[in-house]
Amino acid sequence: MSAARLIAAGINVSLGGKTVVQQASLTLEAGHFVALVGPNGAGKTSLLRAIAGLIPATGNIMIAGQRLAALSMRERAKLIAYLPQGHAVHWPLAARDVVALGRYPHGVNDPARMQAPDLAIVNEAMARTDTLAFAGRPVQSLSGGEKARVMLARVFAMQAPLLLADEPTAALDPHHQIAIMQALKDEAKAGSLVIAVTHDIGLAARLADTLILIDKGRITAQGTPEDVLTPDNLANVYGIRAYMARHDGQPVIMPWATTA
Amino acid sequence: MSTGRSLPWLLAGQGLLVLVLFVISLGVGPVRLSPGAVLATFTAPADDAHRMIIFEIRLPRAVLALAIGGILGLGGAAMQGLLRNPLAAPSLFGAPQAAAFAAVATISLGINDTLSWGLPVAAIAGAFASVFLLLAVAGRNSSLLLLILAGLAISSLAGAGTALAMNLAPNPFAALEIAFWLLGSLEDRSSRHVMLALPFIAVAALLLFSRRGAFRALTLGEEAAQSLGVDVAKLRLIVIFAVALGVGASVAVAGTISFIGLIAPHLMRPLVGHDPARLLAPAALTGSALLLSADIAVRIIPSSSDIKVGVLTAIIGVPFFLYLILRERRSLAGGLA
Repeated sequence: MSAARLIAAGINVSLGGKTVVQQASLTLEAGHFVALVGPNGAGKTSLLRAIAGLIPATGNIMIAGQRLAALSMRERAKLIAYLPQGHAVHWPLAARDVVALGRYPHGVNDPARMQAPDLAIVNEAMARTDTLAFAGRPVQSLSGGEKARVMLARVFAMQAPLLLADEPTAALDPHHQIAIMQALKDEAKAGSLVIAVTHDIGLAARLADTLILIDKGRITAQGTPEDVLTPDNLANVYGIRAYMARHDGQPVIMPWATTA
Repeated sequence: MSTGRSLPWLLAGQGLLVLVLFVISLGVGPVRLSPGAVLATFTAPADDAHRMIIFEIRLPRAVLALAIGGILGLGGAAMQGLLRNPLAAPSLFGAPQAAAFAAVATISLGINDTLSWGLPVAAIAGAFASVFLLLAVAGRNSSLLLLILAGLAISSLAGAGTALAMNLAPNPFAALEIAFWLLGSLEDRSSRHVMLALPFIAVAALLLFSRRGAFRALTLGEEAAQSLGVDVAKLRLIVIFAVALGVGASVAVAGTISFIGLIAPHLMRPLVGHDPARLLAPAALTGSALLLSADIAVRIIPSSSDIKVGVLTAIIGVPFFLYLILRERRSLAGGLA
């Protein structure tokens, strides 16, 4: 796995004639777990999709020393794993077959005829997400938490140096919220660059190495959780006050009241 | 996983069924021949009467049933995979309707009387024209919804054109000919029809099979598929083009044959673990088996005038479709309880 340094310079994204991301510039190192936070409609998902190469954007994006715009779709897919919002699965495929789709960019066309190395990667990704127990079950029959873990295993199986996750913990119970965020952090520790869009600033403050705060399409703050989630930033960007403390040597942030 | 490993057995079983139906189809007609007699004609001298019946009259018919049924089943499976919707059919983007309109226009204008190949060529051109019109209206990179809407408009336009062609038919015979032609039939087709349709159908089948992995990736939605390296916009164009090519060529030589494209994938889906990629080949073979069976049935069912095969597929297809909906409803109710 090549080290993924992500350099984005002057990213602009327009959707339907409206500029949703303005002059976003980032430099992020491999091995980091980065949380992209900000209010609804701030442009978090658009920035993530631009980095994934899914929507047109101006500016320059370099991943592991390669220009994103110069890569073919297949090369891009080997470099960037993207976990979209909502975890859609349109046919009741077996959980293992969904995870095996993570090997598609590496030439696995049929999950039933996978070679031993690919099979080992799929099994390992499922073991890490604790999904082997229902590998043969159709994903439609799984609970929300089980399904989210299967989708996470799918992106882990891609073994891409850059992992982008869009609200991976939405609509999950607290156990799964923590489990998913911890799994993403572990993936970063193992050497990937992981960027997750999230509304859970509490978990982001506790687990992310770097926070990026976006407001009205612009990056307004970037740094450690303490640097970014200041009372001023929370009031100006989110319009909230928060209870702040420390527990187990880590920051605790609990959104408390709106500032209106 | 077991469904993936057992796929070769499923295909072998289906292949055998299609082969048996093919041989039966060669034996059915005014001169009935047993399967043994049919096979014997392959080694008979060239001037053998049975051999002539089979090679000149029945073989083209059976080959067309095999190929057209196959491309309808395959096209249906591909459309359902592309749209991630079990209700999609090859006719969704309007290619068969446009082909039918172009075909009846040649009958109405009398072109067909002077040029026997005028009708099929016009039909294929009509299918192509529908693709260009679709992309001109909806744009090359437009959303699926826009393409479906544009397809609906084109189907309606082609339907209106067909009605107009019947309305303006020079004489009642031409109108009757149009009406009968629209019903869909494989009767009296010659090897020239086979030569005309088969290359288009073969190219269409190859195009759709070559993209099978992409259909599985699309299970996760267009965005996830794109992030896995699937060029979704290009895939859409390939499927639209290939379906128009294959189904357009089918309409050109056999008229409209409905419901096989909808039903064949439905029948096979549970047997392949609902995998849209593994579905393609079994759906194609099921389509072949269904059309061969229907074409055998229309020759066996006693009736005063011929029953057209397109009528039979619709009459059997619609109740079956209703049964599928009911079954779906029951399983949904069970799932929610």
